[in-house]
Amino acid sequence: MSGQEASGWGSRVGLVLAMAGNAVGLGNFIRFPIQAIQNGGGAFIIPYLVCFLLMGIPLLFVEWSIGRFGGNKGNHSTPFILHEMDKRALWKYIGVFGIFTNLVVAAYYCYLESWTLSYMWQSIVGTFDGQTQDQVAGFFGEYTSLNSVMPILFWVLCLFMNTWILSRGLSGGVEKASKIGMPLLILFGVFLAYKAITIEKGQLGAIEDGFKGLEFLWEPKFDSIWNTKVWLAAAGQIFFTLSIGMGSIQCYASYVGKKDDIALNAMSAGWMNGFVEIVLGSAILIPISIGYLGIEGVQDLVKEGGGFGLGFQTLPYLFEQWGSVMSVIAGIAWFGLLFFAGITSSLAMGTPVMAFLRDEFNWKESNAAWMFGGLVLILGLPTVLFYNYGVFDEFDYWAGTVSLVVFAFAEIILFAWVFGMDKGWAEINMGAEIKVPKAYKFIIKYVTPLILGAILINSLPDIWENLSNKKSKEKIAYYQDKSRITRLHHEQEGIMMNKYGSVIQRLDSSKVHLYEITTLKMEQKDSIKSFIENRKLKKDETYRLEKLDHEHKSVLYKNISRVMLLLLWLTIAYGVYIAYKKRKTA
Amino acid sequence: MSNASFFMMFSTMTIVTAVTAYFFFKVLFSKPNPEPDSFSENDDVPR
Repeated sequence: MSGQEASGWGSRVGLVLAMAGNAVGLGNFIRFPIQAIQNGGGAFIIPYLVCFLLMGIPLLFVEWSIGRFGGNKGNHSTPFILHEMDKRALWKYIGVFGIFTNLVVAAYYCYLESWTLSYMWQSIVGTFDGQTQDQVAGFFGEYTSLNSVMPILFWVLCLFMNTWILSRGLSGGVEKASKIGMPLLILFGVFLAYKAITIEKGQLGAIEDGFKGLEFLWEPKFDSIWNTKVWLAAAGQIFFTLSIGMGSIQCYASYVGKKDDIALNAMSAGWMNGFVEIVLGSAILIPISIGYLGIEGVQDLVKEGGGFGLGFQTLPYLFEQWGSVMSVIAGIAWFGLLFFAGITSSLAMGTPVMAFLRDEFNWKESNAAWMFGGLVLILGLPTVLFYNYGVFDEFDYWAGTVSLVVFAFAEIILFAWVFGMDKGWAEINMGAEIKVPKAYKFIIKYVTPLILGAILINSLPDIWENLSNKKSKEKIAYYQDKSRITRLHHEQEGIMMNKYGSVIQRLDSSKVHLYEITTLKMEQKDSIKSFIENRKLKKDETYRLEKLDHEHKSVLYKNISRVMLLLLWLTIAYGVYIAYKKRKTA
Repeated sequence: MSNASFFMMFSTMTIVTAVTAYFFFKVLFSKPNPEPDSFSENDDVPR
């Protein structure tokens, strides 16, 4: 245990803002609205709030309690916090996930965060002035293909900022950053939401009212709530948005004293995240996009690139429609908002790693912070260099999705069934400044573990599909079979040219982009896209070989990154083993 | 805007904003615990 000077929080508001900042991330503005429109519109809020009440809040109570319990015994990282709750060896190795996830997510998240910083800069210097929509979208492709050193510079700058803030400690660094970042984030959000909903059809090139976007997002399709996929999407969004199952909440809460409240703090931080996501998150991206591109255009773009496509490839172009001064202000507000959302989360990822080094190996705070920065730099390199080969997504899948569910499931079993629900309930209520409804005792013991177990079981086929590289193998088989491509193209040719000849000619002459053609349905656009792709593959042998080579490399890099992640997990587990031995001999 | 969308949006946003404000103001205006507590800014003697 630590022989170092005590770290801790400066104020209660600072702690709540830091916790809320940990939860509020880019997903609040980019992922939530897309999930909503894809899963029942306004009706999505029903499974979302049910999952929040039955899974999100219980896990917040559990993680805050676990953290405070461990912290009061001198432990601030999950391996030894869990060990404190049950002395069997298994738990401290389950706790390894609480360090592993933070390191790996930080490795790719900081790269994402650096895009927001860079795009803020591009907005200031006017990179997007006078560009067409395709040029703005193309800039993103060029950027992530590393055609210049700029992405690396911004990434290193972003890492440096994170590390420097972390090196200043909890109250002097993380808390101060949250106290500045969270209010600014809300201010920028309110400004953009106001701009979005006041967009008027016919003004400054808008083809719809901003309100139309709100209507599109909130139009409830009540049939969707009988669909299990919608419930899984809602549960996934709650996981993703609250930063549960990561180990960072436990670490922040471990600096709260035994007699101080956690119940009210947990509710305040959790609902603040909900406010940012539901109220601000729904009022920016979709209303602005629909105002200028229409519903069809937005549906197409969402299908092509999801929320990130809209946020980075489309919004900078749409801001340009607001005039030269307002486009700079809007660019700073949008990417600034994303940056503050990002940095307050990535700072939270640093603290469990630093706490482990401080507690177990007596590292100084600043040294631990620089070590974290160094590790993130090394781990993040593959995600930066091989972004287009799916390494970024691979890190996100294993650390940002699978590990979260595994760890959350394990910790709630430990809390409710091993540590014991009576003791656990007493922990939640100790010093509580609100009355926690007794129903939560039942929910934490039975309902939340059942929901988490169902999510885990449901994700098993997907895990296997990912491990066996099923999608890549299908693509490789497709690109390898030239005769099949030719046959498919011939089969399609007559039908397609008859039906959509004029559209295809307009696309070929680059006079129009597919999403701009609003007279076609989504399925029709999909067939045209696949026809154009097959024609290119049939005609252009170099293109086909390039595609094939790309898929082969993707499989290779993904396999290497999985081995790398496994080795990282084992290294941390070995570190925990060494620390445990050290404790025993002390 | 249809009545259904307006109702969903308005009721959700009102509830979420009200609950968030309620909890945050409760945090903001609650009386601090007697020292020693978890927070250094209100310490009688600096840590």
